[in-house]
Amino acid sequence: MSGKAWKYGDNVDTDLLAPGAYMKGPVEELAKHCLEAIDLEFAPNVQPGDVIVAGRNFGIGSSREQAAEVLVLLGVKAVIAKSFGGIFYRNAFNLGLLALVADAGADIQAGHELDLDPASGTITNTTTGAQIAAEPVPEHLRRIVAAGGLVPYLEQKLEKHS
Amino acid sequence: MSMTLAEKIIAKAAGQESVRAGEIVTCNVDLAMIHDSGGPRRVKPVLERLGVKVWDAKKVVVISDHFVPAVDQQSAAILKLTRDWVKDQEIEGFYDQQGICHVVLPERGHLKPGMFVVGGDSHSPTGGAFGCYMFGVGATDMAGVLVTGETWIRVPETIRIDWSGTLPRGSSAKDMMLKLCATLGMDGGDYQAVEYTGSTIAGLSMTERMTMSNMAAELGAQAGLIAADGTTADYIRVAGANPDEGTAFAGDEDAAYRMVHKFDASALGPQIAAPDSPANSGPVEDADDAPVDQCYIGACTGAKLEDLHMAAEVLGGRKVASGTRLLLAPASTRVTAAAAADGTLAKLTEAGAILMPSGCGACAGYGAGVLAEGETCMASTARNFKGRMGARSSKVYLGSPYTVAATAVLGRVADPRPFLAENKS
Ligand code: SF4
Repeated sequence: MSGKAWKYGDNVDTDLLAPGAYMKGPVEELAKHCLEAIDLEFAPNVQPGDVIVAGRNFGIGSSREQAAEVLVLLGVKAVIAKSFGGIFYRNAFNLGLLALVADAGADIQAGHELDLDPASGTITNTTTGAQIAAEPVPEHLRRIVAAGGLVPYLEQKLEKHS
Repeated sequence: MSMTLAEKIIAKAAGQESVRAGEIVTCNVDLAMIHDSGGPRRVKPVLERLGVKVWDAKKVVVISDHFVPAVDQQSAAILKLTRDWVKDQEIEGFYDQQGICHVVLPERGHLKPGMFVVGGDSHSPTGGAFGCYMFGVGATDMAGVLVTGETWIRVPETIRIDWSGTLPRGSSAKDMMLKLCATLGMDGGDYQAVEYTGSTIAGLSMTERMTMSNMAAELGAQAGLIAADGTTADYIRVAGANPDEGTAFAGDEDAAYRMVHKFDASALGPQIAAPDSPANSGPVEDADDAPVDQCYIGACTGAKLEDLHMAAEVLGGRKVASGTRLLLAPASTRVTAAAAADGTLAKLTEAGAILMPSGCGACAGYGAGVLAEGETCMASTARNFKGRMGARSSKVYLGSPYTVAATAVLGRVADPRPFLAENKS
């Protein structure tokens, strides 16, 4: 899969991703306000397949899974970060959003085209040709992603039992 | 084999003799807690799609606290959906607008030492104060728990944080946590378990211990544990439950800890987090004395009975400054009742505090009390991320209930100690 990079710094928190003021409304509406406190350009312009590249502790804060869901709705395919808030990391996979741990800030600028190979954890910057290694994704999470998220995964499991 | 407190609880939940940090295991969940925001409205469609009910209605507690009381049709609909779902699922542990989940859960006797508990909220580490392994998950993860009664976990390493010495007057658990946020950073916990130990922790009340465990979330830890002791057992008894139904595990001294941090409480003065991060903390002496539009005593972190006592010590006999407003949202209806009975509420409202319903309210910008563009607030809450309590350009400072009260009296960021000293003389 390939897409264009959006770059942010450290500690992009869940209040930035899914602002509280819109939490009780439909998630489609919430998505329009994703990251607006730091970047008014993101939500209106992000394209399906795009990738977020960030620093440390992406998705810290609340357990609200809408923080990952709005990214999925906006078409974001993956988040590459130096580290993730633990709850966000679990939420991302549960919803089918790829979260890759990699120190990619120096090798990727905003707008660069990226090619991701989740299986091997390799990130290729097709704009510069640089290759960046990401931490391999644990096997049980790959199974959840392969099923399309936790719900379809459970669906398969329940079917097997019945 | 020596194990940490976290490893012992997880081993029991996984049905194994022992577990080791790094290992991924599947655990039986003793209790699942969900609230109105991340709960029924999000898990109901999943359960319907799978065609199942919750795995064990007795092990599920539902608490409506985020959108309470309803302020518009949207929040009213969310609360109604929650009520209907609870009835449908035959869940008896339901608290409708009785207070904030992390406070109500132990207050009503649901937590006993040694339990493995999953909460649908990021401040779920609060339950760690009761010697439980409790952590927060998102709604889909929670749906998985509700369907299967189990969840996976990567056994965490334990970061021990040892506090010794007695807190000086005017300092509290909140100041200890802001100090830790500044020193270790918001990823200092690295999604591992934090365990608080030492003489200071042993001397803290349950509510203060809850503040420590609560803000383990701000350290980025998965859990914030405190081994259960006599203080824990007493609290559980008062809550109407039997502490002996649990297992009061303690970590082995020679277990493998990732690291041990040591802190001295006796030298700790009031701490203030400047906008927009709890890690942006430092001693009150170094804080700017910014004027504030609003002060907020609220949230699971900073509006328990003892928090209200702290605020009343400063506010009793004084008045909220004319240029600011003080909103007071006690953490639960029981806290409100207790504060009314012991005279605390009168002290606070006579000083000018505006009494609000028990719930998350302004803490997450969900309910009443949000900030306008450009406004500044001093809050006893846990988080001051950009725009959290309202408009994008609003700013939030964090402090202990003492500090929030002092700030309300002066109308600007203030040190509570001069007021406390004045009280004495
Ligand atoms: S009071 Fe604030 S921190 Fe506590 S559960 Fe509610 S929103 Fe979260």
